[in-house]
Amino acid sequence: MNGFFGMPRHHALLTVGILVFLVVAPTFIYPVFLMKVLCFALFACAFNLLLGYVGLLSFGHAMFFGGAAYITAHSAKVWGWPFELAILAGMATAAALGLIVGILAIRRQGIYFAMITLALAQMQYFLALQAKFTGGEDGIQKVPRGYLFGVIDLNNDLSLYAVVAVIFVAAFLLIYRIVHSPFGQVLKAIRENEPRATSLGYKADHYKLIAFVLSATLVGLAGSVKSIVFQLASLTDVHWTMSGEAVLMTLVGGLGTIFGPIAGAAVIISMENYLAQLGPWVTVVQGVIFVICVLAFRRGIVGELARLLRKSL
Amino acid sequence: MHEIFGIPPQALFGQLLLGLINGSFYATLSLGLAIIFGLLNIINFTHGAQYMMGAFVAWMLLNWLGLNYWAALVIAPVLVGAFGVLIERTMLRHLYKLDHLYGLLLTFGLALIIQGVFRNYFGSSGLPYRIPDALRGGTDLGFMFMPNYRGWVIAVSLVVCLVTWFVIEKTKLGAYLRAATENPPLVQAFGINVPRMVTLTYGFGVALAAFSGVLAAPIYQVSPQMGADLIIVVFAVVVIGGMGSIMGAILTGFGLGVIEGLTKVFYPEASATVIFVVMAIVLLVKPAGLFGRVR
Repeated sequence: MNGFFGMPRHHALLTVGILVFLVVAPTFIYPVFLMKVLCFALFACAFNLLLGYVGLLSFGHAMFFGGAAYITAHSAKVWGWPFELAILAGMATAAALGLIVGILAIRRQGIYFAMITLALAQMQYFLALQAKFTGGEDGIQKVPRGYLFGVIDLNNDLSLYAVVAVIFVAAFLLIYRIVHSPFGQVLKAIRENEPRATSLGYKADHYKLIAFVLSATLVGLAGSVKSIVFQLASLTDVHWTMSGEAVLMTLVGGLGTIFGPIAGAAVIISMENYLAQLGPWVTVVQGVIFVICVLAFRRGIVGELARLLRKSL
Repeated sequence: MHEIFGIPPQALFGQLLLGLINGSFYATLSLGLAIIFGLLNIINFTHGAQYMMGAFVAWMLLNWLGLNYWAALVIAPVLVGAFGVLIERTMLRHLYKLDHLYGLLLTFGLALIIQGVFRNYFGSSGLPYRIPDALRGGTDLGFMFMPNYRGWVIAVSLVVCLVTWFVIEKTKLGAYLRAATENPPLVQAFGINVPRMVTLTYGFGVALAAFSGVLAAPIYQVSPQMGADLIIVVFAVVVIGGMGSIMGAILTGFGLGVIEGLTKVFYPEASATVIFVVMAIVLLVKPAGLFGRVR
């Protein structure tokens, strides 16, 4: 252990590596693309908090991502709220949604949990389609980026990038702390053997619910930031394919690894950017990656790396 | 003209009929999901895509080979079922010892592939499929006018569901199946080829989905995404009914179709979401589902 957030040395090195990369990256990579990767990396990390460390597969996380994106976009555009407040409003919405969905979904386990979250997310999709404020098929367009603390102009891509990078790093360190805290240990115990954790006196349902709300809130943060970066919140954000993307990124990067989802998001977003001209074939490629990962590559990129290095990553 | 709750009876019965049709698809699909889950411990996310494939195979048989609806009703389930057997043999087989969620992820990936391929070759807009001549027109039932094809879909789905229930609950083959659901190694020890039974069960569940797809082809447009949204509703139906009981799956499917139809009459804005609301209420009141066992 050393001083850097109580990380073991190889974690600290990797984190510093990510920090250095984030600082130099905009000199040779388009900042908007970087921001997209960061939003989805945060999405996947927060999703992995639930799947990788509590063993709960939610197939409805688009609900929190898109829900927060809509609220942030609406409050920034229609109510004219400043950047910080709009983001907080999005997160609060995601947290509230997470609480409601969590209470319902943790009543069932395993495969049912996935189906319940998927069904509730689909319900929210239909509500978003019908509601007036979401703009239906058009979504909420031309969301103003605004100013940070009323001073820093976020219409400049580089300043916005700096803000997004800081948000990402802060959220990542928070997730790291959660996973490696005593609370995180209990979550892992529940993942490994829920009846045993219960018999040791832990209220498994409370822990699951707290983890669910935390995950939803952080996914909401990712969605809110995304709606500011792209100045758009649309039905794509709440569609089940978006939940599928989070699952795919986490799976490719490595389930239950702390750095995996970041790698997964970078790989999948780059691939989608690169293959964009293929149009509908992108879905097929995603499907093929799913199948390959499940059949032959279940540890994911970072998981395999960790096995080679014999370290937990 | 008299009215029921301020609604003309024609509209009410018309929506009830539509509800029953949706209900027959919910029932047949959730039945297939329940059978597959019972034996394979896998939630078959590809179910919606396989239902869509059934409709497309019927369309191809008609437009490319000139084979009519009645032939498609037999050939399409066999072909798509065989495709299911292939998937089980080559992929699903390797996942039985792993966590449930890998089965879900694999079948989700397969659904993406199948839907993507069909979208590339056939576009997103639907293709029409003609109602077979023998089932054109309608019958005046006195209180309403019923299109013959719709009556046929409900009747034949009901028959298929009940026959499946009978085979599983009342025959020797069904007894093997139920025993293998409870304890596969023991059944295998008695000399029954469980792996082959698993393969055939998956093939049968898939064929059932394709059969629904053929039935659906003349009612809805044949389109690549026809199964994607349906399967999510069917998941909700499965959560409501619980997967423990075959009859439960059938009753829940038809019942929810009717509830959805009634919602369309009295409060149309909620018709897309009513099944999910019912699911939330059932989860609060009876978490294991209406017919489910806690496990």
